[in-house]
Amino acid sequence: MSLFEIASVHPFFQLVPLVVFLPVLGLLINLLVGKYLGEKGVGAVASLATGGAFAVAVLLAIGLGQVSEGATLTLANWMTVGDFSVNWSFRIDTLSVLMMLVVSGVGMLIHIYSIGYMHSDVRHNEDPGRFRRFFVYLNLFIAFMMVLVSSDNFLMLFVGWEGVGLCSYLLIGFWFEKGADGIGNAKAAKKAFVVNRIGDFGLLIALFLLFHSFGTLNFAEIFEQAPAIAAAAPGAIMAITLFMLLGVTGKSAQLPLYVWLPDAMAGPTPVSALIHAATMVTAGVYLVARSQALYVEVPAAQNIVMWVGALTAFFAATIAVGQNDIKKVLAYSTISQLGFMVTAVGMGATVAGMFHLTTHAFFKALLFLGAGSVILGVEHGHAQANQHAEHGHDSFDPQDMREMGGLRKRMPLTFIVYLLGALTLAGIAPLAGFFSKDEILAAANEKSIAIYALLTAAAFLTAFYMGRQLLMVFFGKPRSVASEKASESPLLVTLPLVVLALLSVFGGALNLPGSHILETWLEHTLEGVTPGHFVLTVALISLAVALLGLLLAWLVYGRKPSFENGQPDPLRKPLNGLFTALENKWWVDELYNTVIVRPYDAVARFSAGVIDQGIIDGLINGMGSMVGSLAKAWRRYQNGYVRSYALTIVVGVVLVITYLVLR
Amino acid sequence: MSLGSILLYGLLGVVVAISGIGLITSRNAIYGALFLVLNFITVALLYIALGAPFIALAQVTVYAGSIMVLFLFVIMLLGAEQLPIAEPIRGQRILAILLFVAFLAEMALFVMLRGSPVVAGAPITPDFSTPATMGTLLFEQYLLPFEMTAGVLLAATVGAVFLTRSPRPERKSALPEAQQAGKESS
Amino acid sequence: MMPMSYFIGLSILMFAMGILGVLLRRNPLIVFMSLELMFNSANLLFVAFSAYHHVLDGQLFVFFVMTTAAAEVAVGLALIVAIFKAKRTIDLDQMSSLKG
Repeated sequence: MSLFEIASVHPFFQLVPLVVFLPVLGLLINLLVGKYLGEKGVGAVASLATGGAFAVAVLLAIGLGQVSEGATLTLANWMTVGDFSVNWSFRIDTLSVLMMLVVSGVGMLIHIYSIGYMHSDVRHNEDPGRFRRFFVYLNLFIAFMMVLVSSDNFLMLFVGWEGVGLCSYLLIGFWFEKGADGIGNAKAAKKAFVVNRIGDFGLLIALFLLFHSFGTLNFAEIFEQAPAIAAAAPGAIMAITLFMLLGVTGKSAQLPLYVWLPDAMAGPTPVSALIHAATMVTAGVYLVARSQALYVEVPAAQNIVMWVGALTAFFAATIAVGQNDIKKVLAYSTISQLGFMVTAVGMGATVAGMFHLTTHAFFKALLFLGAGSVILGVEHGHAQANQHAEHGHDSFDPQDMREMGGLRKRMPLTFIVYLLGALTLAGIAPLAGFFSKDEILAAANEKSIAIYALLTAAAFLTAFYMGRQLLMVFFGKPRSVASEKASESPLLVTLPLVVLALLSVFGGALNLPGSHILETWLEHTLEGVTPGHFVLTVALISLAVALLGLLLAWLVYGRKPSFENGQPDPLRKPLNGLFTALENKWWVDELYNTVIVRPYDAVARFSAGVIDQGIIDGLINGMGSMVGSLAKAWRRYQNGYVRSYALTIVVGVVLVITYLVLR
Repeated sequence: MSLGSILLYGLLGVVVAISGIGLITSRNAIYGALFLVLNFITVALLYIALGAPFIALAQVTVYAGSIMVLFLFVIMLLGAEQLPIAEPIRGQRILAILLFVAFLAEMALFVMLRGSPVVAGAPITPDFSTPATMGTLLFEQYLLPFEMTAGVLLAATVGAVFLTRSPRPERKSALPEAQQAGKESS
Repeated sequence: MMPMSYFIGLSILMFAMGILGVLLRRNPLIVFMSLELMFNSANLLFVAFSAYHHVLDGQLFVFFVMTTAAAEVAVGLALIVAIFKAKRTIDLDQMSSLKG
């Protein structure tokens, strides 16, 4: 319906285009007049734009509280080609508004954090001019993410999907001339984009198949027709869902396309927090949740989704145990938690999945921002320590956990919030992470024991590696001069951390076993939602497993004498070869490189060198040189002798007479 | 066709051929010119046999009489040099002879295959072509070509004079640049 | 009367010999004389046809051909003289400034 009609449904609903247009306005202002605003001004504009989007989302939520079926606002017709017609429409319902709230809420906090963080970061990297560009990209990302979650058809969703992929590329490669060999960051950005492209290819095929089978790309129309089409052509729906799964593995970093996420840590920390923890990577989960109507028709596809998620959860958790970079641990943790979410929506426990998505956004953003605060502090310490020495950054890595230690005394506030975030990720009651993870485990227990076992093992490892990280970073003695002299971060940085910590602690209230607020909220949109149970045994087992993991971590890393600088990791001796495999991420990147990248590179080189330069260019150049040599040959006849010209004339005469004779 | 006329025509034909060959193969230009004169006179005899006395005499007077004399003058002026026999342009000789043979063969083929038999008209009478009849035809029917030919001759005369004039004599002038320009233009 | 083919054959022969002379000789005077030979062959053909068809126009045309040939010879010889004055040679192969 149009803008006027929708005001009559509920007055707040007409504000929905602002969730996209406010961030766009913010980015335009920063782009055009940002240079005159100064750092604080640019940051304020960007944060206000996102904050405005959050406010609109809150109003929409209030409106939905009164009109719970929601509505659809059609802004414009994008294209109509024959039978195919796509509108730019906004879908206001509980699922999309939930996503809007998460994205804009966490996004706003991260914007505020970034003002303080980037202030130091651009100085550390010696390019203050880049501050403005960062906020332009961040607002662009929020705008595209809003397009993704607010669309009412698959094509607009794809537009948003691609847009956030682009912003991810731009932001990962923000310091594009830095990184290994001066090109490492750019290569990481390129890897993210290319791997995502493979996933996007899957999603695109799914869109084609959807149009072919349903004749439309509109959510409402497709989900209505789903049962009928599934009865008529089950193979088509199976293909659609599986191709969509390919897109999900790309965007949400599941097996086998997760490899871009750890490399994406090359971007600034707020980027990792916003994009690669809280929002973009959840787009895949959102897609599956939205398309539940399709997935329930094909239980086989649901099984596959479930297994992909569970295996990823376990696999990534193992790798996280062996990592030494503070952000890489969190990256693999993100992949693992996304595995939990994908398993949940695959099983049909959509509410559990969305609940975990929300709480994960809170505590993972908190952890990443906290890590950023730690990194800032260590960098300050390093700068202070080397004040008299020359200005070299190369050999010192501020993100290496082996160089940290004892920071709880130097950065107390960061320590407290980080501890809270780590505990909720590990799943300790009554923090938010416990409730959301527990719901997923309960649903898994009902569905399949094998899945339940995998997820529980992943939960155990989660607790273990978070404990390891806490102990290595904050406890014990400082292992380098930089950590000795580390200092607490400014208020702009720590304030959002506090807000996120509060959300992580109390966020469980969203879907407590008794009240199930979120479930009733989402029921209006998602049909056939499996109601969540609270099974006491499952809850107690998961709590026990988490505590066990933390205890084991303390046993290995926490006891005195603590882990000194230069010593090998305490896990290396007992696990030996296994630990090397974990440290090297099971050599998956190397495997991909040999099996896929190198042959492809060879083919590309062949095509460029032999085919393009050799054959095609050779053909064209050959034609040119052929003309040249023909001309050189003919030039011999211009010898200037009148008699040979006369001869040519006579030859012509004889030829003409021959023709006349023979005619 | 009596034997005598056949012999006569045959002889004339042979003379024409031989004088033609003589022209194109003689190394001395004077000999070539003389061969050509022989050719013209023989052809004039053929004209008489064909009932065109006026043309025959015009041939002898104009062609053999004045044009060949012109040629001889110029040959004498230019000191007829004997150019070397070797042919500098590759393939010219062979190709020329080849084309000669091809041309002859083709024309022969053409005449034999296509030539419609020419029916002889009435025998030639002495008053077929007289100066009077020629003149009447010329000035009545072909007046325009006649005048144009006159124009052509005028143009030829002027052209010949212009081509062979000597450079203008230098004139004394007040300004040395004009004198310089005068020198350059000559 | 001789059959027409005799005159046609003779005319063709003279024409061909004229072509040969133009192509093979390097002395421009001989070339011009070969040209005259070719003119003559055409004249012969005109007169022959005029006699056979009993029409006078052919002979009249010979008249025009002759005058034009004379004009052409005049100009041509003047040209040769002028070139000789410039180049001191009458070898046709030396006149190759159009080369290239």
